[in-house]
Amino acid sequence: MKILEVENLSKNFDGFKAVKEASFSLEKGEIFGFLGPNGAGKTTTINMLTGLARPTSGFIEIAGEDGIKDIKKVQQIIGIVPDESNLYDEMNGLDNLVFCASLYGMDKTKRETRAKNLLEQFGLADTGKKLFKAYSKGMKRKLVIAAGIIHEPPILFLDEPTTGIDVETARQIRRLIQTLNAGGTTIFLTTHYIEEAERLCHRIGFIVEGKIIKIGKTVDLMQETQQVNIIEFTLENDVEPLKELIRKVFTNVNINMIDHFRIRISSPEKIDLMPFMKFFDEKDQLVREAKIIRSSLEEVFVKVTGIEINRMKKEKEKGGGKK
Amino acid sequence: MKKLIAFWSILMKDMKTYYIKPPNVSWGLIFPFAWTLMFFVRSERAIDIRGVLPGVMSLAVLFGTTSMLAVTITFERKSRSFERLLLAPISLNLLMLAKTSGAIIFGILNAMVPAIIASFVVDLSGINWLTTIISIVFIAVTSTFLGLFISVSVSEVFEAQTFSNFVRFPMMFLCGLFIPIERLPVLLRPISYALPLTYGADILKTSINQNGIIPSWISFSVLIGYSLFLFLMSNYNIQKRWIY
Repeated sequence: MKILEVENLSKNFDGFKAVKEASFSLEKGEIFGFLGPNGAGKTTTINMLTGLARPTSGFIEIAGEDGIKDIKKVQQIIGIVPDESNLYDEMNGLDNLVFCASLYGMDKTKRETRAKNLLEQFGLADTGKKLFKAYSKGMKRKLVIAAGIIHEPPILFLDEPTTGIDVETARQIRRLIQTLNAGGTTIFLTTHYIEEAERLCHRIGFIVEGKIIKIGKTVDLMQETQQVNIIEFTLENDVEPLKELIRKVFTNVNINMIDHFRIRISSPEKIDLMPFMKFFDEKDQLVREAKIIRSSLEEVFVKVTGIEINRMKKEKEKGGGKK
Repeated sequence: MKKLIAFWSILMKDMKTYYIKPPNVSWGLIFPFAWTLMFFVRSERAIDIRGVLPGVMSLAVLFGTTSMLAVTITFERKSRSFERLLLAPISLNLLMLAKTSGAIIFGILNAMVPAIIASFVVDLSGINWLTTIISIVFIAVTSTFLGLFISVSVSEVFEAQTFSNFVRFPMMFLCGLFIPIERLPVLLRPISYALPLTYGADILKTSINQNGIIPSWISFSVLIGYSLFLFLMSNYNIQKRWIY
């Protein structure tokens, strides 16, 4: 059963097309991942779905309501967790949650009980009376998520929920997302962490330069690359200067730079290691490791978008391109 | 009922977070007190204190309300917490009313400071208190919506403060408080009559000293007109700039 449906959704900014005729839907109870590089249109799409941006054209239906005309009705049943904190620094954790609950019209007893329960659930019970500005980055992120689900919405929009936080907190947040989903919450998740999308999402949509270029079940997308052979070389020295030359020499394979010292070769045909070993040897590049890589969503992403993961991560670290 | 809970919570949150914080309480008390003292010291006779009271009360409201909105709206917008309010299932009009109610109350209380100080110094009998209070409410509403309009037209808090001063200081000198409008150069008079504070101060002059020059119904109508215009323009600006 569809809980969200989007048809030909577009957003233009002074002639620049940020989102181009996006069409997709969400099934009730699924986690849908929206993957794309910086500036691809992920946040603009979320903003249009949640009422922070007005679509230039297109149609949105959420839980049977018109997501453009009746956005205030829709906002009652959706939860939103933005990519950056939007809580109040001068209020403590508990007061922030109680205040957010009041925006949905929850009565005093209910909102206080719910806020305390969420603090408990998110491991923040001991810091409920601490000012939000004194929270660590990970704690802030958890509280922002708690604020997003304070009114128990059936649909939750999560914009880059684990970006910029430590590994352990990110793991806890992923677990929370899975718990929420197991409780019946439909989740729309944007992320640039491919492995996160692979681990959490039932279905995935790839968006590049405002256009959705592929949507499918995670398992189906993975199957598409099962036939692809991938070998990863780890080299002693920086391989970046040789990148173009490798591409010129080995035209029958795909080359993907992981970082300055790691390079991935993929091909539907069996890959012969020897020519590569010889090439690196001629270029005085010591091969420290050569390993076969299991096909992952990363390969699907690279194949579908033509974007190197390394570039996407770098762009994200720079933090530009958000609307 | 749900809407009322949201409205009340936003108002209370602003009160706790901004208005009853020591810096703002002291601003709310000291600023009108300083205005009052400045004008009263200048007044040589007791009757002059009553004469300047409408102007001092108007200025206390104007400065109190417009200063606060830069913080409660522009700052929240900058820190993205205003976004949370825009994502809440309440209409933009209700949200704007909730965000401005605190400033209106703050402005009204600001106006009381000169009146209380004056009550210790001069005889305030004969004042039409009902009209005075109603007019203070009207001035507070108009000034607050002026502050709202400024706050939603800029991106930074300092821009809001600068823009406010461009509006407040000329208004202070042209509203008939220092120099009666009839004594202003002819070219400046139309500007005076275009300023909302002129009408607010004039109603107070009528209710406190019975020496206003504009019929009260005209002044009230102009203030209502200004309030509606500023409120609708602010709504338009938020929709255009913040719900892009």
